[in-house]
Amino acid sequence: MPYDADDRAQPVPDRATQSTVSLNVNGSHHAVELDHRTTLLDALREHLGLTGTKKGCDHGQCGACTVLVDGERVNSCLILAVAAQHGAVVTIEGVADLHDGDELHPVQRAFLDHDGLQCGYCTPGQICSAVGALREAQRGWPSHVTADAAGGIDGAAMLDEHEVAERMSGNLCRCGAYTGIVDAVLQAAGAPPRETADQAARR
Amino acid sequence: MRALAYERVTDAAAARQLVAGEPDAMFLAGGTNLVDLMKLGVARPGLLVDITGLPLDAIDHRPDGTISIGATVRNARLAADPGIRRCAPMLSQALLAGASGQLRSAATTAGNLLQRTRCVYFQDVSKPCNKREPESGCAAIEGAHRDLALLGVSDACVASHPSDMAVAMVALDARVDITRAGGEATTIGLEDLYVAPDDAPQRETVLGPGDLITGVELPPPPVGARMTYRKVRDRWSYAFALVSVAALVVTDEDGRIRDLRLGFGGVASRPWRGRIAESRLLGTIPTGSEIRDAVRAEFEPARPLPGNAFKIELLADTVVAVLCDLTGIGNR
Repeated sequence: MPYDADDRAQPVPDRATQSTVSLNVNGSHHAVELDHRTTLLDALREHLGLTGTKKGCDHGQCGACTVLVDGERVNSCLILAVAAQHGAVVTIEGVADLHDGDELHPVQRAFLDHDGLQCGYCTPGQICSAVGALREAQRGWPSHVTADAAGGIDGAAMLDEHEVAERMSGNLCRCGAYTGIVDAVLQAAGAPPRETADQAARR
Repeated sequence: MRALAYERVTDAAAARQLVAGEPDAMFLAGGTNLVDLMKLGVARPGLLVDITGLPLDAIDHRPDGTISIGATVRNARLAADPGIRRCAPMLSQALLAGASGQLRSAATTAGNLLQRTRCVYFQDVSKPCNKREPESGCAAIEGAHRDLALLGVSDACVASHPSDMAVAMVALDARVDITRAGGEATTIGLEDLYVAPDDAPQRETVLGPGDLITGVELPPPPVGARMTYRKVRDRWSYAFALVSVAALVVTDEDGRIRDLRLGFGGVASRPWRGRIAESRLLGTIPTGSEIRDAVRAEFEPARPLPGNAFKIELLADTVVAVLCDLTGIGNR
C-alpha cells in the first residue's frame, strides 16, 4: 500500500476524519465509529462481523466483494462505508431472507445443485451478483450480447448461457467452476438448461 | 490512503463552495474510479464532497427529442432506459460494453466522463508519470503503451481516455452542462470538455476547482439515422477497448452518405470525434478501401508508437465492418 509521510498530516483543518456511520445491513441498523477511509467491505467484515462477503482483489476487478445496495449489485470494496449510509445493504448472510419460504435463496440452492463452486471463496460474490443480474433481466434490461438492445430481454427465463456469462463477467472464479456457475444461474432464472456437449454433437 | 473528511451535501451551491474552498477537496459520486485511485495512492483528497444526494439523477426525454441525462444517473440505469435504447441505442450498447454489472450499478454519467486513464504508469506511484507527478517524465512512451493513445497526445503524455460511454456520446453531439464554482451555468460540447495534454497532462478538462458537471444533453439524432457501437478488445467481456467505434449514419436511397458521425475510442486522449474521416466520406458511396483511407487520413497527425501503431488498421477495419453492417456500403 503506497504510503508517505504526508499521509499523517491533518488533511483539512477543523474537519473530522472519522465519524459515527449508520449502516442498514440485512434489515438491521448498526452505528459504528469509522475512519472515513473504511470501505463498506471492511466495515462489513471487520466491524460488523459479517465475514461472508470476501475480499479478493480489493480493486473492483474480481467481484468477490459483491453485495446488494438497494437491490443493485455493487463492489463493496469501492464504496466508502460513510457513503453507504443511505442505502439498504444485503450481504450473503441476508440473501436467503430476500426469498419467502425455503431456507436458502433459489440462487443458493442452484449453486449447490450444480456444484457452482470449488473452493467457495468467490461464491458469496457470485451469488449476490447473480441475484442482482436476475433482477436486471427480470426488468427486461439488455446486456452487451442481447441481440436487440432496444427490445431488451423478456425476463430472466429468456437468458441463455451466453447472456449469463456476459452478465456475470464481473465475477471471477480462479477454480474455474464457471460451467457449474452458468448452470446454476440458468436454473435460478427458470431458463432452459445449457445444451450438453453430447446434445450439441447429435444436433 | 490519506485521512480524509467527508461531507454529504443536498445543495449544489454548497457542494461547489466546499470543493472550491479547499485545495484538496474532490467531488465523490459512484467512486468506482476515485476510491480505487485513493487506494493506489494516486488520488489523495483531503475532503470528499458526496454529490449523490443532489437532484441530478433524472433522465428527461423532452418533447423536442432532446434527452437530458443527470450527472449522477448510474451507468446501469442509463443503459437500461427505454428511451435511450429506442432513440440512441448505441449509447446503451457502449455502456453495456464497458466495465461489469457491479461497476455500472455504481458509476455515474459525469464520473464516467471524468474517469482517469488506465495507463499502468499513471496508476503506479513507483513509476514516473507526468500526469500524476508533473515533470517526472513519461514511462509509457518507452514502455508499455499498447493500450494508450495515438491522437491528441504529446511528448509528455500518451494516456488514452478509457470510456466507452463518452465515445458514443461524442458521436451523438453530446453537450455537457456545467455550473461554475461561482454559480454561472454554461453548456459546452463534449469534445470541448477535454484539453490536450501538451506539456501539462495533469490538467485534463476545462473544469476548475468547484466547477460541477450537472448533466449531459443529447440532441435528437437525425431522422433516418442508423447507429451502433462496436468494441474490439482482448477478451470477450469486461476489458477496456483496444479500439472502439460509435457510428451514426444516414444514407440516401442509393446508399450515398448524407450524414455521418464517428466516435473513436481507445486511440486518443479524449473520446475522439472522427471529423476528418467523416468529411472524406460525406456525399460518397464508399468502397471498403475508401473507408479505410478516410480513417487513415484521420490518423495523419497521429503519433503511433511501436506498441500501438496496429490500432490504425484495426480501427479502419472496424469502421468498415460497422458501416457495412449499418448500410451495406463498403462491402465491395
